[in-house]
Amino acid sequence: MSNAANTNPANANTDANAPHANAADTRVADMNAASMSVLRTRGLRKEYGRGDGLVRAVDGVDLDIGAGETVAVMGPSGCGKSTLLHLLGGLDRPSGGEVSLNGRRIDDIGERALARMRRTSVGFVFQSFHLMEELTAVENIELPALLARRSPRAARRRATALLEQVGLADRARFLPSALSGGQRQRIAIARALSNEPSVVLADEPTGNLDSAAALDVLRLFERLHESGQTLVIVTHDARIAATADRMISMRDGAFVDETRLSGGTGQLGVFIGLED
Amino acid sequence: MGGTMGHLLLVGRLAVRDLRRRRVEAALLLLAVLAATTTLTLGLVLRDAASNPYLHTRKVTNGPDVVASVSQPVALSGLEQLASAPGVVDHSGPYPAIPAKLQASGRTSDIQAVGRDAAHASVDQPELVEGSWVSDGGVVVEAAFAGALKVHTEDRVTVNGRAFRVVGIAVTAASAPYPGTSCVVRVGCANGAVPEDQAAALPLGVLRDPGLVWLTQADVRSLAPDPNSLSYVMNLKLADPDTAQAFADGHLSDGHPGDGHPGGTMPMRTWEDILRDATELAGDSQILLLIGAWLLGLLAVASLSVLVGGRIADQTRRVGLLKAVGGTPSLVAAVLLAEYVVVALVAAGAGLAIGSLTAPMLTGPTAGLIGSAGTPPVTASTAGLVTAVALGVAVVATLVPVVRAARSSTVKALLDAPRPPRRMGWLIAVSARLPVPLLLALRLAARRPRRVLLAVASIAITVSGVYVLLVLNAFLAGQPGTGGYQDAQVEVLRHVLGVWAVILLCLATVNAIVITWATVLDNRRSSALARALGATPREVSVALAAAQVLPALVGAIVGVFPVGFALFSGINAITGGDSDRATLPPPWQLVAVVVATVLVVAALTAVPARLGGRRPVAESLQVELA
Repeated sequence: MSNAANTNPANANTDANAPHANAADTRVADMNAASMSVLRTRGLRKEYGRGDGLVRAVDGVDLDIGAGETVAVMGPSGCGKSTLLHLLGGLDRPSGGEVSLNGRRIDDIGERALARMRRTSVGFVFQSFHLMEELTAVENIELPALLARRSPRAARRRATALLEQVGLADRARFLPSALSGGQRQRIAIARALSNEPSVVLADEPTGNLDSAAALDVLRLFERLHESGQTLVIVTHDARIAATADRMISMRDGAFVDETRLSGGTGQLGVFIGLED
Repeated sequence: MGGTMGHLLLVGRLAVRDLRRRRVEAALLLLAVLAATTTLTLGLVLRDAASNPYLHTRKVTNGPDVVASVSQPVALSGLEQLASAPGVVDHSGPYPAIPAKLQASGRTSDIQAVGRDAAHASVDQPELVEGSWVSDGGVVVEAAFAGALKVHTEDRVTVNGRAFRVVGIAVTAASAPYPGTSCVVRVGCANGAVPEDQAAALPLGVLRDPGLVWLTQADVRSLAPDPNSLSYVMNLKLADPDTAQAFADGHLSDGHPGDGHPGGTMPMRTWEDILRDATELAGDSQILLLIGAWLLGLLAVASLSVLVGGRIADQTRRVGLLKAVGGTPSLVAAVLLAEYVVVALVAAGAGLAIGSLTAPMLTGPTAGLIGSAGTPPVTASTAGLVTAVALGVAVVATLVPVVRAARSSTVKALLDAPRPPRRMGWLIAVSARLPVPLLLALRLAARRPRRVLLAVASIAITVSGVYVLLVLNAFLAGQPGTGGYQDAQVEVLRHVLGVWAVILLCLATVNAIVITWATVLDNRRSSALARALGATPREVSVALAAAQVLPALVGAIVGVFPVGFALFSGINAITGGDSDRATLPPPWQLVAVVVATVLVVAALTAVPARLGGRRPVAESLQVELA
């Protein structure tokens, strides 16, 4: 199966029988898609090793994610989901292909520009939370704003508001070690939102949580989705995937299937039986 | 018995394998302890370096226990009576002596010329190292003086304008080697440099740093302008050399009232006095080296603490495994401690070897004594002390992390959970107002306050050493003219200070790099996270370097005052030095030391910090996950 033909979700919704556009039309279409997409990749590859030991962690992925869209990426362990997420957020460099964020190529820019891009346009949520153990909840949340050179007062105001948003206003001065797993992940999500990013990239956000805690996090993602936040969630958890607008399946570094879920928001309640 | 042996074998095998697995760290550990043990060995070996050749010379020349002298023929009878005093078993002399001027190689020097018999004397027969003994028209020159003048046998010299041929070069135990030559002539001697303002106050004709030569008695008498200008010297051998001081004290008043000495006292020098003069330079060198050894020992503790802390953090899982398979906390502690004990023992052995082999470079320029000063023996007490210090350094530096590891929870250890960082709330609040690199730097530093303290201590110790070096260097540069050392002695002390400086700076360099690298490794996750959240590699690199530079700045300031000042005062107190004669470094020099320290630390930490700031973010975060 060729990735170019069958694993491009951007093309998955187009009419397979439509006549082939000429090159100029394709370029115009690409430009239009790029201008509408928050995130866009073309022929994205990430390889490790060489010769017989060559591993294609991400293998020619084309992807377009529109503003406000929630995309869930699923697949077995080691299929390249996390690597894809790192490439999308500029945490890792691709071996080939293109990545654009808000219409700007990020695969060929310097580390400094990448850092600025991450600071302003991307929020990360990690499976193991990655909170600074010596910082309180509110200090963890305000950190990205301080790195973005916002004033300490503005950073703290924003962090306090986000704490309220994630329902942990009363835990502001708690250290991560004094919080439950679910609470830690909600702090991590609040931190990801600190600089009002264009897209939040979440890597197995419920992977380390029990059912109740996972439900809290699911509700939070649901609310983010409703508020129009663009989300890309790598997950094993079908419940999370069910909240997405689109669900993409990966295997051996490539997209093998894409499902557009009807309705998008509100699926969580249906899925877990809270609603009819 | 078998169980104990089994335990010992297991502990030894695990310790050695872990050392081999981490060779670079093991080499750094060795280097840190080696620097301290080498310097300590040098200090201890120097204690014996001068006294051994003196004692050997005393034995070979049948050196006197007491040297008595009178400065006028009228007092000669009192001197001769000493030969039959109770406790005296042998003597030589009295020999006539005159002050004179010797010209050699275009240089004129003050000398004391002693008239000796051509025949062999039973007490103090100077041992020839070149040529033959005195004969009419022939002069024998004391070996250290000959070395300073660069004269050899067969050279032509003049004494008070009369030509003599150098027939021999010899050593004696009746006087300290040049330039510490004992004074036996009436006009008196001024040994060592005399400050210009005091030089004018010296009595007319006083000899300045006189050398010692031997002529025949006839030549000495013929050189004397009149018989009354002769002084006399007699060498006495006592039944019990240990009573020399008591003998001298008991016969102090045997002098003649007309001899020119106050109250008719008779000047006497015991063999212990001469030994002290002969070993004075080595004594000063030894004090400097011992203080250097303690400084280096402290630096070694700092190095080891950081290295051990890092190693044991990396060994958490291994500790968990050992405990999971039945290892008791004491076994775990023994395995961890054994590695450092092995390193300490190797460092002690190597330090003893290097120290004793390099000591000759610091024992002085003199050939004024027989017996090779270059091969002083390493005594059992020296070996024991050096080994004990090496083991002490290792145990002090490792005990806390080893005990902490041994008492850790097995489950947590198996999970390889990193030790939680410290939180300093006020510092976190203050840092929020600073630029990003400083914000990150302060927070990095605050995570491990003990490491910051070690870094401050390490720099403070180094800078205090540099402070003392500056003071001593300025002091030595002012010689002669302000103090008591000759050029040759200044050269030796400069060598000692040079050795000090090189070892101190090398160890401080190793410390700075090791501490930075430990910080980089310890902060892999937080650095990667800061970058994931938007910090640039440059900001993280600058933060990692600044986390070292800020403690370096504090350490440098503290190292100048009060630590440097206190160290210098301590050295003065121990050596009985006169701090008024030393010039403290001017403020600009102290500021330059602080600035240079900060710049050097910044340069040393730049590479590890840059590497740390550019580690792949995703990889670092994934490693933590794994």
